[in-house]
Amino acid sequence: MKDYSIFDVIGPVMVGPSSSHTAGAVKLAKTAMELSEKGFYKVIFYLHGSFAKTYKGHGTDKALVAGVLGFEPSDERVKHSLDIAKSNNLTIEFKEIEFEYAHPNTAKIEFHYLNSPSFFVIGSSIGGGNVVITNINGDDVEFTGQYPTILLKYIDKKGMISQISTILSNNEINIASMKVTRSNNLATFVCETDNLITDSAKEEILKIKDIEIAKFINPVRS
Amino acid sequence: MYNKAFDVIKLCEQENKKISEIAILKEAKMRNLTEKDVIDEMKSVLEIMKKSATSGLESPIISHSKITGGNAVKINNYLNSNKSLSGDLINKAMAMAVSTSEVNASMGVICAAPTAGASGILPSSILNAKEKLGSSDEDLVNALFTAAVIGELATKNATVSGAEGGCQAECGVAASMSAAAIVEMAGGSPIDSFNAASFALINVMGLICDPVAGLVEYPCFLRNASGVVNAFVSADLALAGVQSLIPFDEVLEAMYKVGKSLPETLRETALGGIATTPAAKEIARRFYNGTTE
Repeated sequence: MKDYSIFDVIGPVMVGPSSSHTAGAVKLAKTAMELSEKGFYKVIFYLHGSFAKTYKGHGTDKALVAGVLGFEPSDERVKHSLDIAKSNNLTIEFKEIEFEYAHPNTAKIEFHYLNSPSFFVIGSSIGGGNVVITNINGDDVEFTGQYPTILLKYIDKKGMISQISTILSNNEINIASMKVTRSNNLATFVCETDNLITDSAKEEILKIKDIEIAKFINPVRS
Repeated sequence: MYNKAFDVIKLCEQENKKISEIAILKEAKMRNLTEKDVIDEMKSVLEIMKKSATSGLESPIISHSKITGGNAVKINNYLNSNKSLSGDLINKAMAMAVSTSEVNASMGVICAAPTAGASGILPSSILNAKEKLGSSDEDLVNALFTAAVIGELATKNATVSGAEGGCQAECGVAASMSAAAIVEMAGGSPIDSFNAASFALINVMGLICDPVAGLVEYPCFLRNASGVVNAFVSADLALAGVQSLIPFDEVLEAMYKVGKSLPETLRETALGGIATTPAAKEIARRFYNGTTE
Protein backbone atom coordinates (compact mmCIF):
# COMPACT_ATOMS: atom_id res chain seq x y z
CA MET A 1 0.00 0.00 0.00
CA LYS A 2 1.39 3.41 -0.99
CA ASP A 3 2.47 5.42 2.02
CA TYR A 4 1.16 8.95 2.27
CA SER A 5 2.74 11.92 3.93
CA ILE A 6 0.58 13.63 6.55
CA PHE A 7 0.88 16.71 4.34
CA ASP A 8 -0.66 14.90 1.37
CA VAL A 9 -3.82 14.77 3.50
CA ILE A 10 -3.58 18.16 5.28
CA GLY A 11 -2.49 19.96 2.12
CA PRO A 12 -1.64 21.24 -0.36
CA VAL A 13 -1.65 24.85 0.76
CA MET A 14 -3.09 26.38 -2.36
CA VAL A 15 -5.07 29.13 -3.94
CA GLY A 16 -8.68 27.93 -4.35
CA PRO A 17 -11.14 26.89 -5.45
CA SER A 18 -10.22 23.51 -6.94
CA SER A 19 -7.15 21.33 -6.50
CA SER A 20 -7.44 19.96 -10.04
CA HIS A 21 -8.70 23.06 -11.87
CA THR A 22 -6.62 25.64 -10.01
CA ALA A 23 -3.64 24.20 -8.08
CA GLY A 24 -2.99 21.52 -10.72
CA ALA A 25 -3.27 24.08 -13.50
CA VAL A 26 -0.61 26.29 -11.89
CA LYS A 27 1.69 23.30 -11.53
CA LEU A 28 1.09 22.14 -15.11
CA ALA A 29 1.88 25.54 -16.61
CA LYS A 30 4.90 26.06 -14.34
CA THR A 31 6.34 22.70 -15.39
CA ALA A 32 5.75 23.60 -19.05
CA MET A 33 7.47 26.97 -18.51
CA GLU A 34 10.48 25.22 -16.98
CA LEU A 35 10.73 23.02 -20.09
CA SER A 36 10.60 26.02 -22.44
CA GLU A 37 13.30 28.50 -23.32
CA LYS A 38 13.12 31.89 -21.61
CA GLY A 39 12.21 35.01 -23.55
CA PHE A 40 8.76 34.07 -24.87
CA TYR A 41 6.55 37.05 -25.69
CA LYS A 42 3.27 35.17 -26.16
CA VAL A 43 1.65 32.03 -24.71
CA ILE A 44 -1.37 30.33 -26.23
CA PHE A 45 -3.32 27.95 -24.01
CA TYR A 46 -5.37 25.36 -25.89
CA LEU A 47 -7.93 23.96 -23.42
CA HIS A 48 -9.59 20.58 -23.75
CA GLY A 49 -12.59 19.01 -22.01
CA SER A 50 -13.54 20.23 -18.55
CA PHE A 51 -10.73 22.79 -18.68
CA ALA A 52 -12.35 24.35 -21.74
CA LYS A 53 -15.84 24.32 -20.26
CA THR A 54 -15.25 25.51 -16.70
CA TYR A 55 -12.00 27.44 -16.82
CA LYS A 56 -13.60 30.77 -16.02
CA GLY A 57 -15.41 29.65 -12.87
CA HIS A 58 -12.47 27.79 -11.40
CA GLY A 59 -9.95 30.47 -12.31
CA THR A 60 -8.08 27.96 -14.48
CA ASP A 61 -7.13 30.82 -16.83
CA LYS A 62 -5.48 32.78 -14.01
CA ALA A 63 -3.87 29.60 -12.69
CA LEU A 64 -2.31 28.71 -16.04
CA VAL A 65 -0.98 32.22 -16.56
CA ALA A 66 0.41 32.22 -13.00
CA GLY A 67 2.26 29.01 -13.83
CA VAL A 68 4.01 30.43 -16.90
CA LEU A 69 4.94 33.46 -14.77
CA GLY A 70 6.68 31.00 -12.43
CA PHE A 71 4.33 31.29 -9.42
CA GLU A 72 3.66 28.42 -7.02
CA PRO A 73 0.10 27.06 -6.45
CA SER A 74 0.04 28.78 -3.03
CA ASP A 75 1.04 32.24 -4.27
CA GLU A 76 -1.54 34.95 -3.55
CA ARG A 77 -0.56 36.62 -6.83
CA VAL A 78 -2.25 33.77 -8.77
CA LYS A 79 -5.49 35.72 -8.55
CA HIS A 80 -3.92 38.75 -10.26
CA SER A 81 -1.83 36.87 -12.83
CA LEU A 82 -3.67 38.23 -15.90
CA ASP A 83 -2.85 41.81 -14.86
CA ILE A 84 0.72 40.87 -13.98
CA ALA A 85 1.19 39.24 -17.41
CA LYS A 86 -0.13 42.40 -19.05
CA SER A 87 2.26 44.65 -17.15
CA ASN A 88 5.11 42.27 -18.13
CA ASN A 89 4.09 42.67 -21.80
CA LEU A 90 3.30 38.97 -22.05
CA THR A 91 0.51 38.29 -24.56
CA ILE A 92 -1.95 35.57 -23.50
CA GLU A 93 -4.54 33.77 -25.61
CA PHE A 94 -7.02 31.02 -24.74
CA LYS A 95 -8.48 28.68 -27.34
CA GLU A 96 -10.66 25.61 -27.13
CA ILE A 97 -9.39 22.37 -28.61
CA GLU A 98 -10.57 18.74 -28.84
CA PHE A 99 -7.94 16.08 -28.22
CA GLU A 100 -8.77 12.44 -28.84
CA TYR A 101 -8.50 10.14 -25.83
CA ALA A 102 -7.22 12.90 -23.54
CA HIS A 103 -7.91 13.35 -19.83
CA PRO A 104 -10.75 15.88 -19.31
CA ASN A 105 -8.39 18.44 -17.75
CA THR A 106 -5.84 18.73 -20.51
CA ALA A 107 -4.06 21.77 -21.91
CA LYS A 108 -1.60 22.38 -24.71
CA ILE A 109 0.65 25.29 -23.76
CA GLU A 110 2.40 26.95 -26.67
CA PHE A 111 5.28 29.40 -26.14
CA HIS A 112 6.05 31.92 -28.89
CA TYR A 113 9.37 33.67 -29.51
CA LEU A 114 10.37 36.55 -31.73
CA ASN A 115 13.45 34.97 -33.29
CA SER A 116 12.96 31.24 -32.85
CA PRO A 117 10.24 28.67 -33.56
CA SER A 118 7.39 28.17 -31.10
CA PHE A 119 7.49 25.32 -28.58
CA PHE A 120 4.66 23.43 -26.88
CA VAL A 121 3.96 21.14 -23.96
CA ILE A 122 0.80 19.05 -23.44
CA GLY A 123 -0.24 17.84 -20.02
CA SER A 124 -3.18 17.04 -17.77
CA SER A 125 -4.23 17.90 -14.24
CA ILE A 126 -5.21 14.50 -12.90
CA GLY A 127 -6.62 15.38 -9.46
CA GLY A 128 -5.47 16.52 -6.03
CA GLY A 129 -3.12 19.04 -7.63
CA ASN A 130 -1.13 16.34 -9.41
CA VAL A 131 -0.22 16.61 -13.08
CA VAL A 132 1.22 14.52 -15.87
CA ILE A 133 3.15 15.87 -18.86
CA THR A 134 2.32 13.79 -21.94
CA ASN A 135 3.92 15.52 -24.91
CA ILE A 136 6.81 17.91 -25.45
CA ASN A 137 6.95 19.56 -28.87
CA GLY A 138 5.56 16.47 -30.59
CA ASP A 139 7.42 13.84 -28.59
CA ASP A 140 5.27 11.60 -26.40
CA VAL A 141 6.55 11.49 -22.83
CA GLU A 142 5.08 10.70 -19.43
CA PHE A 143 6.23 12.25 -16.20
CA THR A 144 4.59 13.99 -13.25
CA GLY A 145 6.99 16.69 -12.14
CA GLN A 146 6.65 15.26 -8.62
CA TYR A 147 10.21 13.97 -8.84
CA PRO A 148 13.28 15.75 -10.13
CA THR A 149 13.22 15.06 -13.87
CA ILE A 150 15.88 15.00 -16.57
CA LEU A 151 14.80 15.40 -20.17
CA LEU A 152 17.36 14.90 -22.93
CA LYS A 153 17.30 14.73 -26.70
CA TYR A 154 20.34 13.26 -28.36
CA ILE A 155 21.54 11.53 -31.51
CA ASP A 156 20.86 7.88 -30.81
CA LYS A 157 23.96 5.74 -30.46
CA LYS A 158 25.37 3.00 -28.26
CA GLY A 159 26.44 3.77 -24.73
CA MET A 160 24.50 7.00 -24.14
CA ILE A 161 22.31 5.61 -21.38
CA SER A 162 25.25 4.06 -19.61
CA GLN A 163 27.17 7.36 -19.71
CA ILE A 164 24.19 9.22 -18.25
CA SER A 165 23.47 6.65 -15.57
CA THR A 166 27.14 6.55 -14.57
CA ILE A 167 27.12 10.32 -14.05
CA LEU A 168 23.97 10.06 -11.96
CA SER A 169 25.33 7.25 -9.86
CA ASN A 170 28.67 9.06 -9.32
CA ASN A 171 26.67 12.04 -8.07
CA GLU A 172 24.62 9.79 -5.76
CA ILE A 173 21.40 10.41 -7.67
CA ASN A 174 19.11 7.40 -7.73
CA ILE A 175 16.96 6.75 -10.82
CA ALA A 176 13.26 6.26 -10.01
CA SER A 177 12.04 5.69 -13.56
CA MET A 178 13.40 6.02 -17.08
CA LYS A 179 11.93 5.99 -20.56
CA VAL A 180 13.59 6.35 -23.95
CA THR A 181 11.74 6.78 -27.25
CA ARG A 182 13.14 7.30 -30.73
CA SER A 183 12.08 8.97 -33.91
CA ASN A 184 14.43 9.09 -36.90
CA ASN A 185 17.85 9.08 -35.31
CA LEU A 186 16.92 11.25 -32.32
CA ALA A 187 16.28 9.71 -28.93
CA THR A 188 14.11 11.36 -26.27
CA PHE A 189 15.21 10.38 -22.79
CA VAL A 190 13.05 11.11 -19.71
CA CYS A 191 14.29 10.09 -16.30
CA GLU A 192 12.78 10.74 -12.87
CA THR A 193 15.12 10.63 -9.88
CA ASP A 194 14.77 10.31 -6.12
CA ASN A 195 17.36 12.99 -5.38
CA LEU A 196 17.59 16.61 -6.50
CA ILE A 197 19.70 17.04 -9.61
CA THR A 198 22.89 18.79 -8.54
CA ASP A 199 24.74 21.42 -10.58
CA SER A 200 27.75 19.15 -10.95
CA ALA A 201 25.57 16.36 -12.38
CA LYS A 202 24.01 18.85 -14.82
CA GLU A 203 27.43 20.08 -15.96
CA GLU A 204 28.73 16.58 -16.55
CA ILE A 205 25.63 15.56 -18.52
CA LEU A 206 25.88 18.68 -20.67
CA LYS A 207 29.45 17.69 -21.57
CA ILE A 208 28.32 14.44 -23.19
CA LYS A 209 28.79 14.69 -26.95
CA ASP A 210 25.71 14.78 -29.23
CA ILE A 211 23.18 15.92 -26.64
CA GLU A 212 21.04 18.45 -28.46
CA ILE A 213 18.55 19.43 -25.77
CA ALA A 214 18.84 19.05 -22.01
CA LYS A 215 16.27 20.13 -19.39
CA PHE A 216 16.45 19.64 -15.67
CA ILE A 217 13.34 20.18 -13.58
CA ASN A 218 13.28 20.17 -9.82
CA PRO A 219 9.74 19.68 -8.47
CA VAL A 220 7.10 22.37 -7.98
CA ARG A 221 6.26 22.39 -4.29
CA SER A 222 2.59 22.12 -3.50
CA MET B 1 3.56 1.56 9.90
CA TYR B 2 -0.25 1.54 9.78
CA ASN B 3 -2.84 0.98 7.10
CA LYS B 4 -5.97 0.54 9.21
CA ALA B 5 -7.54 2.14 12.27
CA PHE B 6 -6.99 -1.23 13.93
CA ASP B 7 -3.20 -0.79 13.51
CA VAL B 8 -3.30 2.77 14.85
CA ILE B 9 -5.26 1.77 17.97
CA LYS B 10 -2.85 -1.10 18.59
CA LEU B 11 0.17 1.21 18.24
CA CYS B 12 -1.40 3.74 20.61
CA GLU B 13 -2.02 1.03 23.19
CA GLN B 14 1.37 -0.68 22.86
CA GLU B 15 3.35 2.52 23.09
CA ASN B 16 0.93 4.40 25.36
CA LYS B 17 0.75 7.28 22.89
CA LYS B 18 -1.90 9.54 21.43
CA ILE B 19 -2.87 9.29 17.75
CA SER B 20 -1.08 12.59 17.10
CA GLU B 21 2.16 11.27 18.60
CA ILE B 22 2.03 8.18 16.37
CA ALA B 23 1.48 10.44 13.35
CA ILE B 24 4.40 12.75 14.15
CA LEU B 25 6.76 9.79 14.61
CA LYS B 26 5.61 8.20 11.36
CA GLU B 27 5.98 11.38 9.34
CA ALA B 28 9.46 12.12 10.71
CA LYS B 29 10.62 8.57 10.03
CA MET B 30 9.10 8.39 6.56
CA ARG B 31 10.68 11.65 5.39
CA ASN B 32 13.88 11.31 7.36
CA LEU B 33 13.21 14.52 9.30
CA THR B 34 13.25 15.39 12.99
CA GLU B 35 9.99 15.54 14.94
CA LYS B 36 10.59 19.28 15.33
CA ASP B 37 10.79 19.76 11.52
CA VAL B 38 7.47 18.02 11.06
CA ILE B 39 5.82 19.98 13.87
CA ASP B 40 7.14 23.26 12.46
CA GLU B 41 5.70 22.40 9.05
CA MET B 42 2.29 21.85 10.67
CA LYS B 43 2.60 25.17 12.56
CA SER B 44 2.74 26.99 9.23
CA VAL B 45 -0.37 25.09 8.09
CA LEU B 46 -2.13 26.19 11.29
CA GLU B 47 -1.35 29.85 10.55
CA ILE B 48 -2.91 29.56 7.08
CA MET B 49 -5.98 27.90 8.60
CA LYS B 50 -6.38 30.63 11.23
CA LYS B 51 -6.28 33.28 8.55
CA SER B 52 -8.77 31.60 6.20
CA ALA B 53 -11.20 30.83 9.06
CA THR B 54 -11.36 34.45 10.20
CA SER B 55 -10.81 36.67 7.18
CA GLY B 56 -14.41 36.32 5.96
CA LEU B 57 -16.03 37.21 9.31
CA GLU B 58 -15.75 41.00 9.25
CA SER B 59 -15.99 42.02 5.60
CA PRO B 60 -17.76 40.08 2.85
CA ILE B 61 -15.74 37.86 0.52
CA ILE B 62 -17.35 37.37 -2.90
CA SER B 63 -16.54 34.30 -4.98
CA HIS B 64 -14.47 34.38 -8.15
CA SER B 65 -17.60 33.55 -10.15
CA LYS B 66 -19.59 36.22 -8.24
CA ILE B 67 -22.34 33.61 -7.66
CA THR B 68 -21.95 33.37 -3.86
CA GLY B 69 -20.32 35.23 -0.98
CA GLY B 70 -20.74 37.35 2.12
CA ASN B 71 -22.43 34.63 4.16
CA ALA B 72 -19.74 34.24 6.82
CA VAL B 73 -20.33 37.90 7.77
CA LYS B 74 -24.07 37.30 7.99
CA ILE B 75 -23.66 34.29 10.27
CA ASN B 76 -21.16 36.17 12.43
CA ASN B 77 -23.46 39.20 12.76
CA TYR B 78 -26.37 36.94 13.61
CA LEU B 79 -24.27 35.35 16.34
CA ASN B 80 -23.55 38.80 17.78
CA SER B 81 -27.30 39.56 17.90
CA ASN B 82 -27.69 36.85 20.57
CA LYS B 83 -30.75 35.44 18.82
CA SER B 84 -29.14 32.19 17.73
CA LEU B 85 -31.19 29.08 18.38
CA SER B 86 -28.31 26.63 18.26
CA GLY B 87 -25.97 28.68 20.44
CA ASP B 88 -22.69 30.54 20.29
CA LEU B 89 -20.27 27.71 19.64
CA ILE B 90 -22.28 26.19 16.81
CA ASN B 91 -22.85 29.58 15.17
CA LYS B 92 -19.24 30.65 15.45
CA ALA B 93 -18.16 27.29 14.07
CA MET B 94 -20.47 27.66 11.08
CA ALA B 95 -19.29 31.22 10.43
CA MET B 96 -15.64 30.18 10.48
CA ALA B 97 -16.21 27.13 8.26
CA VAL B 98 -18.02 29.33 5.73
CA SER B 99 -15.21 31.91 5.95
CA THR B 100 -12.67 29.38 4.70
CA SER B 101 -15.08 28.18 2.01
CA GLU B 102 -15.45 31.76 0.83
CA VAL B 103 -11.71 32.37 0.83
CA ASN B 104 -11.38 29.23 -1.30
CA ALA B 105 -14.10 30.30 -3.74
CA SER B 106 -12.51 33.74 -4.11
CA MET B 107 -9.11 32.26 -5.10
CA GLY B 108 -7.59 33.02 -1.72
CA VAL B 109 -5.04 30.78 0.02
CA ILE B 110 -6.39 27.76 1.92
CA CYS B 111 -5.06 24.41 3.06
CA ALA B 112 -6.90 21.45 1.52
CA ALA B 113 -8.17 19.18 4.33
CA PRO B 114 -8.65 16.66 2.84
CA THR B 115 -9.79 18.65 -0.24
CA ALA B 116 -10.23 22.31 -1.16
CA GLY B 117 -14.01 21.94 -1.33
CA ALA B 118 -14.17 20.65 2.27
CA SER B 119 -11.38 22.87 3.60
CA GLY B 120 -13.58 24.89 5.99
CA ILE B 121 -14.46 22.11 8.40
CA LEU B 122 -11.18 21.20 10.10
CA PRO B 123 -9.87 24.74 10.83
CA SER B 124 -13.18 25.80 12.31
CA SER B 125 -13.51 22.63 14.40
CA ILE B 126 -10.15 22.92 16.12
CA LEU B 127 -10.30 26.72 16.56
CA ASN B 128 -13.72 26.58 18.19
CA ALA B 129 -12.80 23.59 20.34
CA LYS B 130 -9.81 25.67 21.47
CA GLU B 131 -12.12 28.51 22.56
CA LYS B 132 -14.18 26.10 24.63
CA LEU B 133 -11.29 24.10 26.08
CA GLY B 134 -8.67 26.83 26.44
CA SER B 135 -6.18 24.80 24.42
CA SER B 136 -2.74 26.01 23.32
CA ASP B 137 -1.44 26.33 19.75
CA GLU B 138 0.60 23.22 20.45
CA ASP B 139 -2.64 21.33 21.14
CA LEU B 140 -4.01 22.59 17.83
CA VAL B 141 -0.95 21.40 15.94
CA ASN B 142 -1.29 17.96 17.56
CA ALA B 143 -4.99 17.90 16.69
CA LEU B 144 -4.11 18.47 13.04
CA PHE B 145 -1.86 15.41 13.11
CA THR B 146 -4.69 13.34 14.60
CA ALA B 147 -7.06 14.60 11.90
CA ALA B 148 -4.50 13.74 9.24
CA VAL B 149 -4.37 10.10 10.38
CA ILE B 150 -8.13 9.76 9.82
CA GLY B 151 -7.79 11.42 6.41
CA GLU B 152 -4.86 9.19 5.54
CA LEU B 153 -6.85 6.05 6.38
CA ALA B 154 -9.71 7.33 4.22
CA THR B 155 -7.31 8.07 1.35
CA LYS B 156 -5.69 4.64 1.61
CA ASN B 157 -8.77 2.52 2.16
CA ALA B 158 -11.55 4.51 0.50
CA THR B 159 -11.48 7.86 -1.30
CA VAL B 160 -11.54 11.58 -0.52
CA SER B 161 -12.54 12.59 -4.04
CA GLY B 162 -16.04 13.91 -4.69
CA ALA B 163 -15.81 12.67 -8.27
CA GLU B 164 -15.24 9.16 -6.95
CA GLY B 165 -17.26 9.05 -3.71
CA GLY B 166 -19.57 12.06 -3.57
CA CYS B 167 -19.63 14.69 -0.81
CA GLN B 168 -19.55 12.04 1.94
CA ALA B 169 -15.94 11.46 0.81
CA GLU B 170 -15.06 15.16 1.07
CA CYS B 171 -17.16 16.90 3.73
CA GLY B 172 -17.93 13.55 5.40
CA VAL B 173 -14.26 12.66 5.76
CA ALA B 174 -13.40 16.24 6.79
CA ALA B 175 -15.99 16.03 9.59
CA SER B 176 -14.68 12.61 10.55
CA MET B 177 -11.10 13.92 10.73
CA SER B 178 -12.25 16.92 12.75
CA ALA B 179 -14.33 14.88 15.19
CA ALA B 180 -11.36 12.64 16.01
CA ALA B 181 -9.12 15.69 16.41
CA ILE B 182 -11.34 17.60 18.83
CA VAL B 183 -11.98 14.46 20.88
CA GLU B 184 -8.23 14.22 21.44
CA MET B 185 -8.13 17.94 22.33
CA ALA B 186 -10.86 17.32 24.92
CA GLY B 187 -8.85 14.52 26.49
CA GLY B 188 -10.63 11.55 24.90
CA SER B 189 -8.84 8.27 24.23
CA PRO B 190 -7.79 7.04 20.77
CA ILE B 191 -10.81 4.74 20.79
CA ASP B 192 -13.07 7.72 21.59
CA SER B 193 -11.52 9.54 18.61
CA PHE B 194 -12.26 6.64 16.26
CA ASN B 195 -15.81 6.34 17.63
CA ALA B 196 -16.35 10.03 16.85
CA ALA B 197 -14.80 9.58 13.39
CA SER B 198 -17.21 6.70 12.74
CA PHE B 199 -20.26 8.69 13.85
CA ALA B 200 -19.40 11.65 11.62
CA LEU B 201 -19.16 9.43 8.53
CA ILE B 202 -22.25 7.40 9.40
CA ASN B 203 -24.23 10.64 9.84
CA VAL B 204 -23.70 11.68 6.22
CA MET B 205 -23.32 8.32 4.52
CA GLY B 206 -24.55 8.61 0.95
CA LEU B 207 -24.23 12.40 0.73
CA ILE B 208 -23.93 13.32 -2.94
CA CYS B 209 -21.79 15.94 -4.69
CA ASP B 210 -23.98 18.21 -6.82
CA PRO B 211 -22.26 21.56 -7.35
CA VAL B 212 -24.32 24.31 -8.99
CA ALA B 213 -22.72 25.28 -12.32
CA GLY B 214 -19.98 22.74 -11.54
CA LEU B 215 -18.28 25.23 -9.22
CA VAL B 216 -16.91 24.63 -5.71
CA GLU B 217 -19.42 27.01 -4.08
CA TYR B 218 -22.99 25.94 -3.64
CA PRO B 219 -23.96 23.75 -1.81
CA CYS B 220 -20.30 23.33 -0.77
CA PHE B 221 -20.25 26.15 1.77
CA LEU B 222 -23.52 24.91 3.33
CA ARG B 223 -22.01 21.46 3.70
CA ASN B 224 -18.92 22.96 5.29
CA ALA B 225 -21.25 24.62 7.82
CA SER B 226 -23.17 21.41 8.51
CA GLY B 227 -19.90 19.47 8.42
CA VAL B 228 -18.42 21.35 11.35
CA VAL B 229 -21.64 20.84 13.32
CA ASN B 230 -21.45 17.14 12.47
CA ALA B 231 -17.91 17.09 13.87
CA PHE B 232 -18.98 18.63 17.20
CA VAL B 233 -22.07 16.41 17.52
CA SER B 234 -20.03 13.28 16.77
CA ALA B 235 -17.29 14.30 19.21
CA ASP B 236 -19.79 14.92 21.99
CA LEU B 237 -21.50 11.59 21.38
CA ALA B 238 -18.16 9.79 21.69
CA LEU B 239 -17.04 11.80 24.73
CA ALA B 240 -20.38 11.02 26.39
CA GLY B 241 -19.42 7.37 26.10
CA VAL B 242 -21.59 6.31 23.18
CA GLN B 243 -19.85 3.38 21.46
CA SER B 244 -19.75 2.81 17.72
CA LEU B 245 -21.13 -0.64 16.98
CA ILE B 246 -19.19 -0.64 13.71
CA PRO B 247 -15.38 -0.29 13.76
CA PHE B 248 -14.02 2.71 11.82
CA ASP B 249 -12.30 0.49 9.24
CA GLU B 250 -15.65 -1.07 8.36
CA VAL B 251 -17.41 2.30 8.27
CA LEU B 252 -14.79 3.52 5.78
CA GLU B 253 -15.27 0.46 3.63
CA ALA B 254 -19.03 0.97 3.67
CA MET B 255 -18.60 4.64 2.70
CA TYR B 256 -16.35 3.60 -0.20
CA LYS B 257 -18.86 1.04 -1.46
CA VAL B 258 -21.69 3.56 -1.23
CA GLY B 259 -19.56 6.07 -3.14
CA LYS B 260 -18.84 3.63 -5.92
CA SER B 261 -22.50 2.67 -6.21
CA LEU B 262 -23.61 6.31 -6.54
CA PRO B 263 -24.52 7.09 -10.14
CA GLU B 264 -22.05 9.33 -11.91
CA THR B 265 -24.67 12.10 -12.08
CA LEU B 266 -24.29 12.48 -8.29
CA ARG B 267 -20.49 12.59 -8.20
CA GLU B 268 -19.27 16.12 -8.96
CA THR B 269 -20.53 16.14 -12.53
CA ALA B 270 -23.27 18.74 -11.89
CA LEU B 271 -25.66 16.38 -13.69
CA GLY B 272 -27.89 15.61 -10.70
CA GLY B 273 -29.10 16.69 -7.27
CA ILE B 274 -29.65 20.39 -6.78
CA ALA B 275 -27.30 21.13 -9.72
CA THR B 276 -30.05 20.20 -12.19
CA THR B 277 -32.92 22.11 -10.58
CA PRO B 278 -34.39 24.88 -12.75
CA ALA B 279 -32.94 27.56 -10.48
CA ALA B 280 -29.45 26.03 -10.64
CA LYS B 281 -29.62 25.68 -14.42
CA GLU B 282 -30.55 29.35 -14.71
CA ILE B 283 -27.59 30.33 -12.51
CA ALA B 284 -25.29 28.18 -14.66
CA ARG B 285 -26.71 29.60 -17.88
CA ARG B 286 -26.16 33.20 -16.76
CA PHE B 287 -22.68 32.40 -15.50
CA TYR B 288 -21.51 30.74 -18.69
CA ASN B 289 -23.06 33.53 -20.79
CA GLY B 290 -21.05 35.99 -18.74
CA THR B 291 -24.11 37.78 -17.36
CA THR B 292 -23.68 36.92 -13.66
CA GLU B 293 -23.90 40.07 -11.57
